[in-house]
Amino acid sequence: MKTDVLIIGGGIVGCAIAERLAREGIAACLVERDVVGGAATAASMGHLVVLDDDPEELSLSAYSCARWNELAASLPAAAEYRRIGTLWIARTEAELAEAERKRERLVAAGIAAERVSAAQLQVLEPALAATLVGGLRVPADAAIYPPVAAMWLAQRAIDAGARLRCGVAVEAIGDREVLLSDRSRIGARHIVVANGCAAPALLRGVPVRRRKGHLLITTRMQPAVHHQLIELGYMQSAHGTNTESVAFNVQPRATGQLLLGSTRQFDDHASEVTPRLLQRLVARATEYLPGLTQMTALRAWAGFRPATPDHRPLIGPWPSCDGVWLACGHEGLGVTTALGTADLLAAQLLGQELPFDAAPYAPARFAASSEHCHVV
Amino acid sequence: MSSEVRLFIDGAEFRVPAGISVAAALRHAGYEATRRAFDASPRAAFCGMGVCFECRVRIDGSERLGCLERVTDDMDIRCDA
Repeated sequence: MKTDVLIIGGGIVGCAIAERLAREGIAACLVERDVVGGAATAASMGHLVVLDDDPEELSLSAYSCARWNELAASLPAAAEYRRIGTLWIARTEAELAEAERKRERLVAAGIAAERVSAAQLQVLEPALAATLVGGLRVPADAAIYPPVAAMWLAQRAIDAGARLRCGVAVEAIGDREVLLSDRSRIGARHIVVANGCAAPALLRGVPVRRRKGHLLITTRMQPAVHHQLIELGYMQSAHGTNTESVAFNVQPRATGQLLLGSTRQFDDHASEVTPRLLQRLVARATEYLPGLTQMTALRAWAGFRPATPDHRPLIGPWPSCDGVWLACGHEGLGVTTALGTADLLAAQLLGQELPFDAAPYAPARFAASSEHCHVV
Repeated sequence: MSSEVRLFIDGAEFRVPAGISVAAALRHAGYEATRRAFDASPRAAFCGMGVCFECRVRIDGSERLGCLERVTDDMDIRCDA
């Protein structure tokens, strides 16, 4: 069996790439070892957010959020795309000053953002603690239900001629071919590794580490929450290298339920919920939303983000390995940046004009660790 | 010990066998749906063992799982959870 491009991993990134390539008329084959939109995609929050702490993260996330917005009208209702906006919340004057710097960076990039006073905060979100000093509102950010969005992208890929193989794993990457767990092989001119945390198992030296996260969902909250609420200290948690951190990050679902995050752990590889971290998550959230003490937690789960050393994804050719491309290492931003990743990777692979500069995401920046290649 | 307890469901008085669960009491009193999902579709006890969370009711003001709570005298059960 032969194909032009074989994509490993049916998470939201792999599905977006398959969809993009299939629309270009490329014979694409997507191989998913389990179910489409499972693993990190299913465990994630689905916050489509423009992040500005790093200029490269800003261009990728802003481009991708605009692409999601273009698709919004075509998405099925079950994908629950909602433009809820993000409210970044300050507890201190120092955080308020950070909100202003954030506003300036976003506005410079063409993203609408407005400062919110303490009084306005109480009007926008009466459930928030009265002691909070203000924040920043980014109205265009959205939320989505990632597994459905991934399945929809996969179906669009199939409708455009792509093939999908589910329930079979890629065991090894060879020279212009992959070996599957059923012992069959698929030849491909290009192989795209989009399997997140599993990438290092196929390609030695890919600098992706598992970073565990927890989420918890409540029953319906009163008073209702309207925006995605995030503490301004969130980026310290996300971009820090601490082995363990917790930050307030809450999303109202369409049902009125609240999705509570977030935790980050490097050294916990157990897929089960870690009760101590869940306690810290709830304690943190309760500081911002005191009414949570009256709420019922319905379920909690844990997942693994594929993290790179510089918190930027790996998008582009894998050096020293002809025909092998990476689209992995998106940490907590894979759902947001799936469409931008697909456009950037497809443009490189097809030799088209790039939508934005590819260099910051080039896997070659970690070239020193990529000496080994074919292992079949 | 009395073989029956008196309780209230959405304000109406019922007598049910002592020692049964709130979920069973609701069935005993003729309730099929014990709450509504946000799209107004009916929900009631499914797993009966505290896992599915579908039998949520408000008991004496607090959200509880009907299948895990035993009936007590004068219990106030509300199907608005």
